[in-house]
Amino acid sequence: MLSVESLDLFYGDAQALSGVTLDVPEGEIVAIVGANGAGKTSLIRAIAGMLKPAAGRVFYKGADITGLDSHRVCNLGVGQVAEGRQVFPTLTVRENLAMGGLLPRARARKTGNMERMLELFPRLRERLTQAAGTLSGGEQQMLAIARCLMGEPDLVMFDEPSLGLSPALANDVLDTIVDLNRKGLSCLLVEQNVAASLEIAKHAYVLENGSITLSGQGSQLLADDRVRQAYLGM
Amino acid sequence: MSFSLYVEVLIQGVLSGLVYGLMALGLSVIFGVVRVVNFAHGEFAVLAMYCAFVLFGLAGVDPIIASIPLAIAFFVLGYAMQRGMVQPFVTRPQHEQFILLVGVALVITNGLLLVFGPESKHVDLPYSFDSYTVAGVLIDKVRVYGAAAALAVTAALFAFFRFTSTGTAIRASADNLTGAAVVGLDVKRLYAISFGLGLACVGAAGSIMMALTDMTPMLAPSLTLLAFTIVIVGGLGSMTGALAGGLLIGVAEAVASLVVSPAIKSMVSFGLLVLVLALRPQGLFGKAES
Repeated sequence: MLSVESLDLFYGDAQALSGVTLDVPEGEIVAIVGANGAGKTSLIRAIAGMLKPAAGRVFYKGADITGLDSHRVCNLGVGQVAEGRQVFPTLTVRENLAMGGLLPRARARKTGNMERMLELFPRLRERLTQAAGTLSGGEQQMLAIARCLMGEPDLVMFDEPSLGLSPALANDVLDTIVDLNRKGLSCLLVEQNVAASLEIAKHAYVLENGSITLSGQGSQLLADDRVRQAYLGM
Repeated sequence: MSFSLYVEVLIQGVLSGLVYGLMALGLSVIFGVVRVVNFAHGEFAVLAMYCAFVLFGLAGVDPIIASIPLAIAFFVLGYAMQRGMVQPFVTRPQHEQFILLVGVALVITNGLLLVFGPESKHVDLPYSFDSYTVAGVLIDKVRVYGAAAALAVTAALFAFFRFTSTGTAIRASADNLTGAAVVGLDVKRLYAISFGLGLACVGAAGSIMMALTDMTPMLAPSLTLLAFTIVIVGGLGSMTGALAGGLLIGVAEAVASLVVSPAIKSMVSFGLLVLVLALRPQGLFGKAES
């Protein structure tokens, strides 16, 4: 569904990604594992059109989307739940959700989608008229996920969705992702909780210093000595 | 001096302050969203004044009425300017943005000098010298009309930001630019609309000012400074702040003119500016940098 081929990305002279190639098949969860600064967020932003790669190609549903503006990529059905949640802090929860539903592909069904999101995340209903900046971290994460789903994406890139959450809440968020995946959503998951993300991912890649160094089935990587040493502390 | 004179001056200050506030609101909207400072703001105000002057001369259109079509025309101008000229500078260093907009300012001022010359111009409205008397207090009719028009445009702008999805999307981009890109808002389009709205404010305000004061192209830099003072006193990027700043400066200048002398007007507003910067650097309604 999504394939990235030999992607290079630079910040000025510093190379953030070199020759990254990966594949997200339809209906699967694919995980990317790597240390801080390995280039995970850069990769997601390059796919989303927020950063322009120097070389390489990004294909989505067979079409070349390399270098498209981010609002066009979103409108093709590639959603993103960004690192740090990136809600609009002074806007109300309702307004935040509405912003996710402004994409032309989903606009006509905004009201119905909003209702579905509030059923999926009942906590948000209680907070509808509250400014998003006043929500707790867990609530903001739910809002970020719901806001993304308002755009009716077929594929969602989750960037550190459990960062800063309590273990219980982090589990809730991962369960939500598994649920959404069962309903047909394809997912690209970047997680600092390596063990949990490898458990739910069918396929996974290890990203180190901007390059893919290892890839395989999630369960395979979970058993790999290098992964266990570097990321699981075993 | 009688008490009613003070009341008169106070009201006059409030009425002019509403027009100043509208002009400054434009600067605040542009900066708050696009994060570019429009150093040509006063020049656009003077451009609008000349447009109103020409409309009055050719077709006898009252400048206060002309504020509506001029707001629309300046919206289009601002939209095109952001798309074609300012957008590539958004990510460049501030000094380059400064040079670009100072360049625009110079082109406008010298263009107006070339076409209209340096003499001051004014329009004579049939009701220029009419006034209302309320409880012994005299209020200029033209200032009341001008303030009402400024208030109407301001209210329309506030309603746009509060109740329309495009307005909400603009607030969202000002709130969190990364978040806006993440959810797929077309940020460049929203920037162009914001710059357009900023110039619409200054177009309407300039047109109204034509009914209130004499004008020359050389007035522009002092209007830019006035807009800056108001916006910094009120809090850069805050719409309510721009309005409150406008009222405060309007009243302060009017009172200072009465109590001391009209020549001291600017000194008082700059004094206020220094005071606010010293005591509350983020401005009266601004958010402190976190």
